[in-house]
Amino acid sequence: MSSTDAAGLSSLLRQHEDAILTEWLDQLSQGGVQSGRMSEQELRTQCRALLSAFADGVASGGLDATRSGFYGVRDLLSDIARTRALQGYSAGETALFVFSLKRPLASRITQAGGPGAAEDVLAVSMLLDQLGLHVMEVYQKSREEVIIRQQQEIAELSTPVVQLWTGVLALPLIGTLDSARTQVVMENLLQSIVDAEAEIAIIDITGVPTVDTLVAQHLLKTVAAARLMGADCIISGIRPQIAQTMVHLGVELNVVTKATLADAFKLALQRTGRTVTKVVAGGPARTSQQG
Amino acid sequence: MDRIPILKMGRALLVTIQVDMHDRLALALEEDLTTRIVATKARGVLIDISSLEIVDSFIGRMLDNIASVARVLDADTVVVGMRPAVAITLVELGLELNGIKTALNVERGMELIRARLDDMEAVDGGDDED
Repeated sequence: MSSTDAAGLSSLLRQHEDAILTEWLDQLSQGGVQSGRMSEQELRTQCRALLSAFADGVASGGLDATRSGFYGVRDLLSDIARTRALQGYSAGETALFVFSLKRPLASRITQAGGPGAAEDVLAVSMLLDQLGLHVMEVYQKSREEVIIRQQQEIAELSTPVVQLWTGVLALPLIGTLDSARTQVVMENLLQSIVDAEAEIAIIDITGVPTVDTLVAQHLLKTVAAARLMGADCIISGIRPQIAQTMVHLGVELNVVTKATLADAFKLALQRTGRTVTKVVAGGPARTSQQG
Repeated sequence: MDRIPILKMGRALLVTIQVDMHDRLALALEEDLTTRIVATKARGVLIDISSLEIVDSFIGRMLDNIASVARVLDADTVVVGMRPAVAITLVELGLELNGIKTALNVERGMELIRARLDDMEAVDGGDDED
């Protein structure tokens, strides 16, 4: 592509800026991109800024989006893609934002005519493809950042050790167990066992979505470490589907397991020599007795 | 060479490891303990490792060995006061010390041994030496 085409295109962009902008916004609203998350005024300002940066880019960088002339456009697009990723726009919507500029530009170029019009349209289309790709890359990266941040937050939130009774601890596990999390869970649990002088720890896996051989191995490691410390473990909250999967996979948990946390707690109380009795009507409120 | 003191309490032996275990110390302990179990007719051995901060596979295996030897001589071994870091290390090393009883502290460990002394027939399941 020769530089005269780029110069022609840039002057065309400058000349018909308002018309292109209006047509672009029409395209956007037709494509359903504008779905109330951004005011029309805001979108217009964004589009105008991008269009003028685009014209500048074409003027100095020709029709190759990797040239330095397009840095301004790319920066602007990065910002837009990042914001949209955080605002919850879909990937398609974000890509369409750039791609919907194709039609207005193409129609302007065809209107202006000239012998190389078809070639120009193709060149502009490829340029916009490049920019669209860039938008998608940034969009995806932003989404991944969000996911990583959420993972960290989940990891911090999901390993609490609670004391149910004197000497009885519960560890409600939520989320998938991997090596890193098992380490955190194990350390937390063992330290709590020391601090609370607990005899029994109940590991509740109601919130664990799947138990495969690896997860089972991690669970067993935790149980074995707790046993070495002198505390017994009870595993509770194995859901029906998980129980089936475990049996089908041949996963053996050589630990006492109970269906619910309540059952496990009952067993724990029994083992520590306590029973739960119902309050007699009119009597003093006592829910548990020392055996 | 240093030796780890072995205290006799009734029919139980009490060992508190308060120094860093090195290999020769561990070997000496195994030997001393074996002799003492026979000499005192002890039926329980309580090993307090609450001061032990570092274990390696050798020390882990020594604990296992001591328990096995004691069991052959009809004495129960209870390891008490293991630190979380030590427990994690042993598990990661694959040493789950399945033949050994464990307790959180010396008090609970003594209860275990006393229960066994009170009822000599009730030995931990899985082993049929008695």
